[in-house]
Amino acid sequence: MPEIKVTPLGAGQDVGRSCILVSIGGKNIMLDCGMHMGYNDDRRFPDFSYITQNGRLTDFLDCVIISHFHLDHCGALPYMSEMVGYDGPIYMTHPTKAICPILLEDFRKITVDKKGETNFFTSQMIKDCMKKVIPLNLHQTVQVDDELEIKAYYAGHVLGAAMVHIKVGSESVVYTGDYNMTPDRHLGAAWIDKCRPDILISESTYATTIRDSKRCRERDFLKKVHETIERGGKVLIPVFALGRAQELCILLETFWERMNLKAPIYFSTGLTEKANHYYKLFITWTNQKIRKTFVQRNMFEFKHIKAFDRSYADNPGPMVVFATPGMLHAGQSLQIFKKWAGNEKNMVIMPGYCVQGTIGHKILNGQRKLEMEGRATSVTLCCPLAPIKLQIVLDVKLQVEYMSFSAHADAKGIMQLIRMAEPRNMVLVHGEAVKMEFLKGKIEQEFNCYMPANGETITVTTNPSVPVDISLNLLKREMALGGPLPDPKKPRTMHGTLIMKENSLKLVSSEQALKELGLNEHQLRFTCRVQLQDPHSDPDTLHRIYTHLKSVLKGYTIQHLPDGTVMVESIVIKVSSSAEDTNTKVLLLSWSYQVKYFQCSYLTDGLYRD
Amino acid sequence: MKLYCLSGHPTLPCNVLKFKSTTIMLDCGLDTTSVLNFLPLPLVHSPRLSKLPGWVSKDGTVNLEKELKECAGRVFVDSQPEFCLPERELLDLSTIDVILISNYHCMMALPYITEHTGFTGTVYATEPTLQIGRLLMEELVNFMERVPKAQSATCWKNKEIQRMLPGPLKDAVDVWTWKRCYSMQEVNSALSKVQLVGYSQKVELFGAVQISPLSSGYSLGSSNWIIQSHHEKVSYVSGSSLLTTHPQPMDQSSLKNSDVLILTGLTQMPTANPDGMLGEFCSNLAMTIRAGGNVLVPCYSSGVIYDLLECLYQFIESASLGTTPFYFISPVANSSLEFSQIFAEWLCHNKQTKVYLPEPPFPHAELIQTNKLKHYPSIHGDFSSEFRQPCVVFTGHPSLRFGDVVHFMELWGKSSLNTIIFTEPDFSYLDALAPYQPLAMKCVYCPIDTRLNFHQVSKLLKEVQPVHVVCPEQYTQPPLTQSHRSDLMLELQPPPMPYRRCSVLNLPFRRRYERVYILPELANSLVPSEIKPGISVATVSAVLHSKDNKHTLQSVPKPPPAPPTKKRKRVMEEPPVVLAPKPLLSGAVPLEAFLATLQKHGITEVKVEETADGHILHLQAEDTLIQLEEDGTHIVCDNNEPLRTTLRDLVLRFLQKL
Repeated sequence: MPEIKVTPLGAGQDVGRSCILVSIGGKNIMLDCGMHMGYNDDRRFPDFSYITQNGRLTDFLDCVIISHFHLDHCGALPYMSEMVGYDGPIYMTHPTKAICPILLEDFRKITVDKKGETNFFTSQMIKDCMKKVIPLNLHQTVQVDDELEIKAYYAGHVLGAAMVHIKVGSESVVYTGDYNMTPDRHLGAAWIDKCRPDILISESTYATTIRDSKRCRERDFLKKVHETIERGGKVLIPVFALGRAQELCILLETFWERMNLKAPIYFSTGLTEKANHYYKLFITWTNQKIRKTFVQRNMFEFKHIKAFDRSYADNPGPMVVFATPGMLHAGQSLQIFKKWAGNEKNMVIMPGYCVQGTIGHKILNGQRKLEMEGRATSVTLCCPLAPIKLQIVLDVKLQVEYMSFSAHADAKGIMQLIRMAEPRNMVLVHGEAVKMEFLKGKIEQEFNCYMPANGETITVTTNPSVPVDISLNLLKREMALGGPLPDPKKPRTMHGTLIMKENSLKLVSSEQALKELGLNEHQLRFTCRVQLQDPHSDPDTLHRIYTHLKSVLKGYTIQHLPDGTVMVESIVIKVSSSAEDTNTKVLLLSWSYQVKYFQCSYLTDGLYRD
Repeated sequence: MKLYCLSGHPTLPCNVLKFKSTTIMLDCGLDTTSVLNFLPLPLVHSPRLSKLPGWVSKDGTVNLEKELKECAGRVFVDSQPEFCLPERELLDLSTIDVILISNYHCMMALPYITEHTGFTGTVYATEPTLQIGRLLMEELVNFMERVPKAQSATCWKNKEIQRMLPGPLKDAVDVWTWKRCYSMQEVNSALSKVQLVGYSQKVELFGAVQISPLSSGYSLGSSNWIIQSHHEKVSYVSGSSLLTTHPQPMDQSSLKNSDVLILTGLTQMPTANPDGMLGEFCSNLAMTIRAGGNVLVPCYSSGVIYDLLECLYQFIESASLGTTPFYFISPVANSSLEFSQIFAEWLCHNKQTKVYLPEPPFPHAELIQTNKLKHYPSIHGDFSSEFRQPCVVFTGHPSLRFGDVVHFMELWGKSSLNTIIFTEPDFSYLDALAPYQPLAMKCVYCPIDTRLNFHQVSKLLKEVQPVHVVCPEQYTQPPLTQSHRSDLMLELQPPPMPYRRCSVLNLPFRRRYERVYILPELANSLVPSEIKPGISVATVSAVLHSKDNKHTLQSVPKPPPAPPTKKRKRVMEEPPVVLAPKPLLSGAVPLEAFLATLQKHGITEVKVEETADGHILHLQAEDTLIQLEEDGTHIVCDNNEPLRTTLRDLVLRFLQKL
């Protein structure tokens, strides 16, 4: 029995460093290749030694597919392809291909230039890695090789996010990446057709949440921002440069416009303008409304939102700042946070999920005293062997708010996707174990659901049907038997011969099979003599038999042939007189092996019913 | 399989393919050359056009001076221009299941087909094709509706009268079927039936056939189509290009192994090299500007214009045209320029790389930013106040019969300083200019047609090796004007099947196999036996299920045990259980081995008699004869059923069952 195997190297009962191995129909596919935001050591990348202990991965993988540009889905890609070694194809959508190298470079800079780590991938490695990328278009069927085909679907999570359908023969797997089932202000909703995969591998970040309406969340968000501004406070919104940032910018921009507000809105890092440019050029990936109106008004040209400068953080008066990165684990958002944390008038709004270990995660869990690591450069310079780490304790006084704006499907959304795709089995990844359990319980009422941990393999046995080429003559003959309209309640039995030659399977009628194989038919016939007493002449006897059979055997084809035989279906009857006694007639009944038995018995019944 | 040909225009095709119970229309081209028979529609009152004399036949018997006007010896219809539609009588258009569009030029007749005909199917097109096609239709409607003409000329269409008219009106065909332009409402309704597809996307039609668009390299989103089932493959090639311009390169390899290849949309200018034409375009443009004249470029609002602008972008500085204003005037100019920048997926590799930076893929963004290129919806409004001469104007329609171009012809036609440069290959430039004669303006003809030429297509066909090729009859002979150029036609072995308007072709195609799926339970129950080395056979008896043109084979369900029922009558009505028929036999029964087997089963008294074809075995104790021959065995045995069964089974041991 064919099997499909799924092994998460990352994102198994966890969020972060998504990397899932799928083995299907003899092909090995890596789905995503991400990093973990919560770790700074080896654990930040998936453990590729699981695939092979010695060296390069090229021989062990048929392809790598990246679902979207978030670093927890692509952050380990240059490490995997350039440092571990992989030269095969890497697939991602056009927007992902465009944006992913920028985020990787950002990640590299923070790690190497700011944190001073060595043994990390270089800018050149990112470039070399991106050369191996083959862009994917939505709904395009890409033939990776003769047997393996992949198809991307819109996932809605961020610009260019895709779900993939992986197919070998009649077996298939769908991997969702991160997805969103409700359209938002700038993206559409995820969609997939009824592809009935053997396994659906789905993220489950919000497996237990059923979120209230988006409108309420937006109103809440705007209210909080507005209140803070009114009382002269500053609002920090840590975001990733691409994704939720644009969504919230559109939201604030329209609110500012409507309320005629004057407080400045800033967007940190020079990436903003560039980022918005990507949205403009990839407008076909945004939602219907934006696409329709882009010629008249491009939604990504903001009037109220300006570029941020480091010095603005100390400006008096209210302001709203979008700063990167989104989980307060490094960079500008963390710097601003440190500056503003002491004032209770200020507010930080976390608009998305925070991975364990990040400051974002800590403050969301109510931690009010944070131990910060500081690096005193002057000290380390004097004493390079023993770098002194300064421990600073930060008092968090500002208000901390959490508003789930991350574009992940909630429990309802996940069930919605299941209805769309109709999978036979389900694998949950990219979520916390406790939450997964809950959803798993729900799904298992309908079919199998798995939630493997990292390094754990689950195996699903598939039962594919066998494709065969049937001769059109045979098919049409059989179809005709069922009448002009097929009646599902009346099964039509068909008979034929299956010829198996090399890799081809052909189903033909038995006669055609003989012909195609160049075989002679071997006729097996039986003859049986029956004696009768009848005074008539031979032809008369035959005719009497004919009329008799005709009256007894209703519904059979009975023919009186000119050559002196009577045929009942394909059974031949001849009459001859015995040499000694002309009144004794000998009936010769002759039939072939293929004649159905009951026909024979009917005939003899008919003859003896005299 | 049949092909119905509804258009005679080789580059604006409209064919219908009937294949495996589906009816598929391939393209929906609108032949607009008919508008050349009409007077231009001026945007502002033109004294010259209104003073043209009416036409009266020489003997004075036919007076059509209200409908027909004479200009420089040619006769034009004074009415709203009309188009020559695809044939609508050859088959019932309401039976069409799907329409496949290959590029935005080949969909202009869509509203005539999908509206008011009972059409209920789906139209498939790529996103750029839909968006730009919509712009071109919008522009056409706008051109027509902006200058409504009260008069609709119909008398001249009368057969008797048409016969007496001078050429080319006299020779125009099917004039009574010519139609005015559709409305925007009809366009919207027609386009609402479009379903978007991406290159290499596989779309199932009713489970019977699969269609898939392939990049054709001609324009943004342009595609060729593969129409295939599991065993047959038809390729539809329409408007393809191998030149490196802005669109994604042509996908050639997927066309391989076609049973039939329908070939349309080859270059209309087989002797004009597009690169050479581009050079001539630039040099003539520069020359005119330097001499203080204006340049008029009649063109479509999308397509080659992007390449022209890109070429000019590189050329402007070197030719010191930095201060010359370039104007692009069309109701859809802005949309066309904007749309061209957002289709990264559909562009050539170079342009895609620019988007990754991120920069706009086409340099006309920079021309607009630096104010070198300005675009206006029409000559009215802002344009009239900002207009500076000498300048270069890109505007439509290339037929010179409607659109803003008519105004510039009237404005600039009288000065020999000005130049009109024709770049679109769809219209003969002499015919286009006819109603403006006499003309002082210089005329330059640089038709740029990037579609496949005969040399490229024969190389392509050699590579992809289709079994049969179908093409418009125009491609099977050299052009009329160059009858000695045998290189300007398709020469193939076997020769291509030509079609013309209203042809119905029977495509030489025999379907022999169909795909059926054996469910796992049945597959496991099959018992294969090896007949020859490497070849096994198994007899299959199964229940055939056919749903949505998909066939599956399932095990024959075991008849449920008859429920103990009191109503005996009911049971009698049940049809007799159909047993599997006995298989055909093959092979031969070897005498010695058979005798040995008989012996083992206690049949010892056997007399063997040799005959011409084999042997006769006489089982004396049983009074039974067995006739053994190469291709048959005959058992003659009187009323002894058990013996007959035994013998049968013994014989069967030596034979193969099929």
